[in-house]
Amino acid sequence: MDSNLLKQLNRAKKSRIAAIVVSDLDAGTQGLFLEGDEIAQPEIAREAKVRLRSGKSGIAQVEGREMFFNAHVPSPRLVIIGAVHISQALAPIANMAGFETIVIDPRTAFATPERFPDISLYGDWPEGVLKAQPLDAYTALAAVTHDPKIDDLPLISALQNQCFYVGALGSRKTHAKRCDRLLAAGITKAQLDLIHAPIGLDIAAANPAEIAIAVMAEIIEAFRKRGNSDGAKA
Amino acid sequence: MSMTTSNTNKSPLEFAEEWLDEGRKLALATVVETWGSAPRPTGSQLVIDGEGNFEGSVSGGCVEGAVVAEAFDVIESGKPGMLEFGVADETAWEVGLSCGGRIRIYVEPVEAGNG
Repeated sequence: MDSNLLKQLNRAKKSRIAAIVVSDLDAGTQGLFLEGDEIAQPEIAREAKVRLRSGKSGIAQVEGREMFFNAHVPSPRLVIIGAVHISQALAPIANMAGFETIVIDPRTAFATPERFPDISLYGDWPEGVLKAQPLDAYTALAAVTHDPKIDDLPLISALQNQCFYVGALGSRKTHAKRCDRLLAAGITKAQLDLIHAPIGLDIAAANPAEIAIAVMAEIIEAFRKRGNSDGAKA
Repeated sequence: MSMTTSNTNKSPLEFAEEWLDEGRKLALATVVETWGSAPRPTGSQLVIDGEGNFEGSVSGGCVEGAVVAEAFDVIESGKPGMLEFGVADETAWEVGLSCGGRIRIYVEPVEAGNG
């Protein structure tokens, strides 16, 4: 590996940009591509795209040559706005599924370590927390407080930072009002359409734990199908 | 769990960059293929310097010794090499994988670029 390639790769990883190193194992040559880069060779482009999405590294034969694709994909995160009952189930499920998860709620009666054992919990307003830990394309955001004072700002921030998943709890009526507020705040109609609301896959979830599973399934779907125009949003 | 990366959690590639800046000679070992119950997934990496210091892992510790030995050759020759370990392999008696899996490891030099 060339030191310039190594430095570029480390820089991409630090900035949480997905990258793939393609090595020709026969010739000993190597190339680095960042997510979104144009790759001239179509077979390599196809293989790189699939592996960047799945995050799985491996060997493929390209024109009779043995090529190794090493995918470096940022670890997915989940930011939950609201230390509510759903979050008590969603946070541990998300951690188990490999999502680094934090819960933010300024209402300190909700955000207690007793209610959220072993979870990264912030009893602060989202604004400050998200300034210190900005949202990005490998982060999902689920806003579940029902309270516009708490939910709206992180929703706007998630849309602006192109989070791969943005979900908001609330009935269709609540969501319609939310859309009016977000439009007034400068969010476009196209961005609004990216919000998953009502939140979670429609599995007729009947209690907070079931809703958490519906939300997690929706997040996983969005993550695994990201960059795929057919399946980014149902 | 914090969302910021801590220094104690440096990746093998970060060590590689640091060591390269210190002027050390390096090789990078990468798991390129696995069969069965391999201890570390494809893509796992180990960086080795000319003195035998290493960071990262390509197995649960079963084959690192042999990989370090190969790394010395790679650093010396400047040419990449491929290693294969598994129960079916003769070398398994020496450094094989206790889990019964098989792995292929690509060992390449890490060198200052041309420009």
